[in-house]
Amino acid sequence: MEAIFAATLGILTASGVYLLLRARTFPVVLGLTLISYAVNLFLFAMGRLQSGVVTVIGKSSEYADPLPQALVLTAIVIGFAMTAFVVVLALRSVGETRTDHVDGQEPAQ
Amino acid sequence: MNHGLILPILLPMFAGSLLLLGAGLSLRVKRSLSLLATLLLLPLSGYLLWLADQGVLQVYAAGNWAAPFGIILLLDRLSALLLVVTAVLGSFALLYAMRGDDERGQSFHALFQFQLMGINGAFLTGDLFNLFVFFEILLIASYALLVHGGGAERVRAGLHYVVLNLVGSAFFLLAVGVLYGITGTLNMADMASRVAAAGPDDAALLGAAGLLLLVVFGLKAAFLPLYFWLPKAYASATAPVAALFAIMTKVGLYSIIRVYTLIFGDDAGSLANMANDWLWPIALLTLALGVIGALAAVSLQGLLAYLVVVSVGTLLAGIAIGTEQALAGALYYLVHSTWVAGGLFLLADLIARQRGDKQGLLVQGPALQNPHLLGGLFFFGAIAVAGLPPLSGFIGKLLLLRSLEPGVQALMLWPVVLGGGLLTLVALSRAGSMLFWRVGLSQLDSAELDYGRLLACAGLLLLSLLLMVGAAPLLSYVEATASQLHDLALYRQIIESGAAR
Repeated sequence: MEAIFAATLGILTASGVYLLLRARTFPVVLGLTLISYAVNLFLFAMGRLQSGVVTVIGKSSEYADPLPQALVLTAIVIGFAMTAFVVVLALRSVGETRTDHVDGQEPAQ
Repeated sequence: MNHGLILPILLPMFAGSLLLLGAGLSLRVKRSLSLLATLLLLPLSGYLLWLADQGVLQVYAAGNWAAPFGIILLLDRLSALLLVVTAVLGSFALLYAMRGDDERGQSFHALFQFQLMGINGAFLTGDLFNLFVFFEILLIASYALLVHGGGAERVRAGLHYVVLNLVGSAFFLLAVGVLYGITGTLNMADMASRVAAAGPDDAALLGAAGLLLLVVFGLKAAFLPLYFWLPKAYASATAPVAALFAIMTKVGLYSIIRVYTLIFGDDAGSLANMANDWLWPIALLTLALGVIGALAAVSLQGLLAYLVVVSVGTLLAGIAIGTEQALAGALYYLVHSTWVAGGLFLLADLIARQRGDKQGLLVQGPALQNPHLLGGLFFFGAIAVAGLPPLSGFIGKLLLLRSLEPGVQALMLWPVVLGGGLLTLVALSRAGSMLFWRVGLSQLDSAELDYGRLLACAGLLLLSLLLMVGAAPLLSYVEATASQLHDLALYRQIIESGAAR
């Protein structure tokens, strides 16, 4: 499980970074979304990867750490709001500057 | 448990929520409500300052969950000082905005309150993840405030600011995740003792997470490789917003002080004071490049934005030296630079309003209607910000320079700070002579000076005088702050007393 998890994180992050470095706002927003997925998964994994164990101490010899799950929830909510905001801002930017280039102007040819 | 601790967060939160719900209320009611909430922060933070000055750490356990398990708010001398700085700056910025700037977009007052809530929360929290949450609150309010007033220039700067900060937030979560994964706690005081007790196997990962945090805070504080967003964003923001943003870089600096004196401080074993080696060259280079930017700026607002970068470099140098005297000097300079930079942003707007379509551009424009008054204020602000005697900038820099014994570090710091001061003066005199002396004969008739705005601007700038006159009590306070920050046993007691209950 660890190998798949790590590979998923790596691919998500790499794709996210690649998209983030594009010059148009839409790929940048997508890149941010992918990175936030990767970060959320990473945060989740910080409670150690286990399957089928309860989150209550004392019920069994092994238990899952509930705190990272709470942190991930918070991070997801915040990340969702931020993505919504950056989409609106990108649309506004297209409206104001008549281009979807991140610098608000087309590069000189 | 003193409930006064959480009030600087709750008060703006409720005021902001009311303002959001009552979006249809008349502007007058909204202004009164917003002003009332902001002015109430003044006595409140004053009380907390008095409380913190008793020398005991005040802890507020949310939901009465004891320290390592629940989220705590922590009031020490440092956070109380920054609360006062924020409350004063926010009051003046709001007074200025109420003279018309708040009508240029929607929900200005609600956003302003949420911004204050985020800033106050970031200063008060004793929990690393909670710090992230308050960062996000102040950031999302600042995203909207930055584009307040609209226009292509603001949206362009806003997009860069938002995307950069979202990446910063991702880094923050990564760093917090690693720190939690190894230490198993998010409470900063608890984390400090866990880091101190960590084995050599974990040291590398802990160090990597710690330096990742430095990147995040550096993005907020705007130091060398990460400050490029700042000049554009600050120069294009509406004046009261730019003035309020003077505290935003200080939130980053506050976090640097907090994390690298407490978690990675003197006791952290092989990781002790690991940030200082990085911060020292970064500080000097930030200072130097900020000055070069100020010399090359094409508008008054751009010039002031680069002066913010210069002040960040100066403060960072004080933090990087790491001694108590240097930290005390840096804290004094922090108070001074926040208020004076805020006042200068307001002044730049007053000047730009009398120059028609030339705005703040440093080109020949129409003659000002009140050249003596505005020129006098500019002269005063320039002296303060460049660090000439007798105003507060001089005292701050003097404290910083005197904190070093003669040696290699002094040999590096003195020329950069003093040369930077000189070049700042050159940039400001060039700007001043262009704005006030090399003017056309015509005068704009439609640009009456608004006395409410003038009062807010002059009030904020004249605080420099107050800092000069009241230097002795402030100095003893910041010295006590610096020694409290290095007294790590005090912070560890929070956890011990919490675990004992």
